[in-house]
Amino acid sequence: MNITSPPSLRPNDYQALPDEFGRFGDFGGRYVPETLMPLVLALEGAFHAAKADEGFQAELAGYLKHYVGRPSPLYFARRLTEHFGGAKIYLKREELNHTGAHKINNCMGQILLARRMGKTRIIAETGAGQHGVATATVCALFGLPCIVYMGAVDVERQAPNVLRMNLLGAEVRPVTSGASTLKDAMNEALRDWVTNVSDTYYLIGSAAGPHPYPEMVRDFQAVIGVETRAQMLDAEGRLPDAVVACVGGGSNAIGIFHPFLNDEGVRLVGVEAAGDGMHTTRHAAALNGGRPGVLHGNRTYLLQDTDGQITEAHSISAGLDYPGIGPEHAWLHEVGRAEYLTATDDEALEAFQLCARLEGIVPALESAHALARLPELATQVGKDGIIALNLSGRGDKDLATVAEKLGRQI
Amino acid sequence: MTAQRIEACFGALAREGRAGFVAYVMAGDPDRETAAAILRGLPAAGADVIELGMPFSDPVADGPPIQKAAIRALENGMTLAGVLDMVREFRLSDSTTPIVLMGYINPLLTFGLAQFASAAAQAGADGCIVVDCPPEEADPLADALDAENLALIRLATPTTDDARLAIVARRTRGFVYYVSVAGVTGAKEANADAIAPAVERVRRASGLPVAVGFGIRTPERAAEVARVADAAVVGSALIDEIAAAITQKRDPVAKVLNTVANIAMAVRTARLPAG
Repeated sequence: MNITSPPSLRPNDYQALPDEFGRFGDFGGRYVPETLMPLVLALEGAFHAAKADEGFQAELAGYLKHYVGRPSPLYFARRLTEHFGGAKIYLKREELNHTGAHKINNCMGQILLARRMGKTRIIAETGAGQHGVATATVCALFGLPCIVYMGAVDVERQAPNVLRMNLLGAEVRPVTSGASTLKDAMNEALRDWVTNVSDTYYLIGSAAGPHPYPEMVRDFQAVIGVETRAQMLDAEGRLPDAVVACVGGGSNAIGIFHPFLNDEGVRLVGVEAAGDGMHTTRHAAALNGGRPGVLHGNRTYLLQDTDGQITEAHSISAGLDYPGIGPEHAWLHEVGRAEYLTATDDEALEAFQLCARLEGIVPALESAHALARLPELATQVGKDGIIALNLSGRGDKDLATVAEKLGRQI
Repeated sequence: MTAQRIEACFGALAREGRAGFVAYVMAGDPDRETAAAILRGLPAAGADVIELGMPFSDPVADGPPIQKAAIRALENGMTLAGVLDMVREFRLSDSTTPIVLMGYINPLLTFGLAQFASAAAQAGADGCIVVDCPPEEADPLADALDAENLALIRLATPTTDDARLAIVARRTRGFVYYVSVAGVTGAKEANADAIAPAVERVRRASGLPVAVGFGIRTPERAAEVARVADAAVVGSALIDEIAAAITQKRDPVAKVLNTVANIAMAVRTARLPAG
């Protein structure tokens, strides 16, 4: 018996959070201007009502099956397994979803919620453009106007996704404030929401932002982990020893982690983007290189200077190029339930090529960060062990970036 | 002095039977020296209360003018400690004009809430507005400010219903800042007819004076607000003058203080009988 240890350090139910204030331990919350407070409270009420409504769940399940293409396969990666010579490696094939990444899971859930709430205008922020494309897709599906805020720098380096969003009927608004990347796009989306409070639904793509977004995005992405758990029991008759995912804001990682949180024998490993390396300032690893603070509506780990000004993140992967991380990851990190490693741009690039060559799967550069830690993890888990890795997206969108890195013209 | 300085100011305004003019400027914009000269000149130009912006890299409630002002200030080395130094300097020549610090929570958390409150009070600030810290998150901040007798000034908005208004009013001191439009600073204009009943509603709920801001850009507009509210807040229009002066390579101090004088005149005469 140990009644002196603080309860938050070893909870017996890791799935019980957030609390009524949207807190995961000391993280999360609702740090938004007063204008938005009534809106996030209304959203919370609507989300919890929808979650408890079987009709809503059935409608969502129908779209996930017939439109998104779920369940996604859990695939035994034989050649990667042989290559590393350790644990058996399974890939959760989220890149096979419609639009080529896990982002659509959340967008599908939120667009149905927005419709339920009677909202008629959808806004979103995007970095690499994957969440923007997924949002534009579900807006096209339901005939709703869609405005996507995207940093001007990202508009430039992700031109194919800008065209895709336009083809899907969305308006892409380049954001030129700050460093013109994802953080600034999110600032601008929040400004839009503050200005258009009555008709607009803000469809956040990361498990970040004010409560209830971290909880809601997690719940919509948890389908990844629920399927993985069942598929693994089916294939191996037991749970994996480790579950691995890349982490930017952390929606794909929390989606696959969450159903495993109470399986204490399962190691949960997130991989942050180390950019040029953790010895430099050019990285995007909020947990490994940042400290707690408040940005975009929640308290979490952030890249910031000694004065509390937010600094810019750097990663080869535009989807990980964010100075914060979802608050539930910050909490899992602090209580030690999940561990967070890093991978550099170069390591990700190498893993990207290895996966393509050995498995015939071109992964997103984001997912390649998770793949990059397989050499050590496969050895640590060992020959009798099993690793499930979330292959969160496909790499077609990254060909221009990779070509440039490899010195190739396309 | 601290919170009492705000109360004394609004008490005097009520006795004069006029509304106050709250002038917002960003600390350190465009640089520390210029900003200090503007600050020093504000009371004589007619500002009754000064809102001093604490620059933050990601000001989500602000429109482009104030975002850019924050970036100018940060690029020229402004810090939270620097903001408090400016207040201290200002107090050497002015002991009556209330100064309300306005900004975002992250720099305050980094500084430490108790340390910040203590340093702000010692520097001579009177209150604090933290835009991204709604009542649900504000107890630690309110405790820290209370301990130093600094006023926590909260925002009420068109989306704040009566139930929330009670929550907003609960730990607010000095005055309530009514955001007259759903939007960012300096963007759209509020419907003038909607302001009077809103001010009345906030006054009733809080028992405090109500300052109205966001979207007040001209002397005419400030006068309209001054007829119904206890104070009118103008910020982006002043910041625009600084930005324009930089572009035109003119002296920002004279330009801003001239605009302040025009708005102050409009506010001071707003309730006088015509003719």
